[in-house]
Amino acid sequence: MSHHIVEATDVRYAYSDGTSALNGVSFRITHGEAVAIVGANGAGKSTLLGHLVGWLSPSSGTIRIGDTILTQQTLAIIRRTVGMVFQEPDDQLFMPTVFEDVAFGPVNMGLPHDQVHARVASALATVGMEHLAHRPPYHLSGGEKRAVAIATVLAMSPDILVMDEPSSGLDPRARRRLIALLMSFEHTRIIATHDLDLALELCPRTIVLHKGQVAADGPTAKLLTDPAVLEPCGLEKPLSLQGCPVCAATGRQS
Amino acid sequence: MANIHVKAAEIGWLERLASRDTPLGRVDPRVKLITTLAFIVTVLSYGKYQIAALLPLAVYPLVLMVMGDVPARFLIRKLLIASPFAIFVGLFNPLLDRQPVLTLGSYPIAGGWVSYAAILLRFVLTVSAALAMMAGTGIYNICRGMERLGVPSVFTVQVLLLYRYLFVLMDEGLRMVRARALRSAGNRGMGLRVYGAMLGSLLLRTLDRAQRVHVAMCCRGFDGHVRTIQSLRLRGGDVVFLVGWLGLFVMLRLVDVAGLLGALLTGAGR
Repeated sequence: MSHHIVEATDVRYAYSDGTSALNGVSFRITHGEAVAIVGANGAGKSTLLGHLVGWLSPSSGTIRIGDTILTQQTLAIIRRTVGMVFQEPDDQLFMPTVFEDVAFGPVNMGLPHDQVHARVASALATVGMEHLAHRPPYHLSGGEKRAVAIATVLAMSPDILVMDEPSSGLDPRARRRLIALLMSFEHTRIIATHDLDLALELCPRTIVLHKGQVAADGPTAKLLTDPAVLEPCGLEKPLSLQGCPVCAATGRQS
Repeated sequence: MANIHVKAAEIGWLERLASRDTPLGRVDPRVKLITTLAFIVTVLSYGKYQIAALLPLAVYPLVLMVMGDVPARFLIRKLLIASPFAIFVGLFNPLLDRQPVLTLGSYPIAGGWVSYAAILLRFVLTVSAALAMMAGTGIYNICRGMERLGVPSVFTVQVLLLYRYLFVLMDEGLRMVRARALRSAGNRGMGLRVYGAMLGSLLLRTLDRAQRVHVAMCCRGFDGHVRTIQSLRLRGGDVVFLVGWLGLFVMLRLVDVAGLLGALLTGAGR
């Protein structure tokens, strides 16, 4: 299954004001993997995601999705394969109703109407938002917006899902629901996040970015418990792996 | 500040009204566009001193309002916002045209006043018809209708995105106004000077955001055309709507209904 592989080879990128954001990033993600991209603010996470959907193009180096190298000419094919969920659902939802928003992608793909309807229905059912189909997206709650934003991407049946901070701004239950949802997917998932607990739960593999370079790439459970990796990159152990402050206090007292 | 948020919420009135299921909303947008355009042309085709003959045409905006369940209060408010234009256009008519054209009781009325009233009446008729039609259709459907009628999609997509951009702009603007108000301790903050800087940064912020929206659209296959799944199909009711109204406009234009009615009531038929 080589067509679901995501490969970055020595990707470098500098913004127009000269700030270099990526300084030679290389990795290879294979079919069905769930990979977390973590790193401090400004480590280059969003810039990297921008490259995966061809929103930014590397100053040097290549991005390969399956057998296709990302260029202006292959953009349309790449964007069918890679579905991107943006950090801000408000940026992603722009049609007058949820239904039309989810249908936007499939309609643009030129699918016949009955298939569009079927895809919209199944995408909304997957995220549990069928009841909102005829509401305008800007009146939904944060959690609902996020779910609908994911549905808009699912409706295009991408092979690879790229997500920027999927759990930001969600309440604990909505976050839990999101994790369960993402767990159930079989897509290749690439998730940029500051939520290290989410990374730990969802992604067997983690890529740690630091100053535009891959600082570490390996099993999440190993990397996120290794102070030698975390500290220089401005990260901390996931909360679930940190000692419970209440228990620790009682332990000291006794 | 609360005020500005209420005002901002009001900008969405068009979509809110249009999203309801009304008899007017079910009429094909193309049909509504054509009849409203025909209505406007009919209204404009009357002579500059004709007032009475125009009055029966008010039936079109009134029926649209009823069919679309458009609140009159709303329509009047929007009319008032647009009214300065019409008011100023004819402002000098009464001064320039002092020739009496009719008498009310024993008072002669100058032609300028009559034509001024005719301008205002035409303004009320055409703008309220357009507003009622929009409220019963929604920008989105209007654009679809226009596209199907042969208006270039470059133009309709512009209108659509311009309309969406309005909300983006408002959203960003509101955040900045809120941030400024919360840190200006109830005073005028740094006064007017700060607004210049705010406007500049508002532009940059909305450009940034619009770019993100654009990228999100491109990621979902946007190629300059807004496609939809609802196909437009002309039904029997649409044809009746179109033919009925066009017929009525022609009849009202040819037959002076107001004059006939007046003649009937004053017993001119003797």
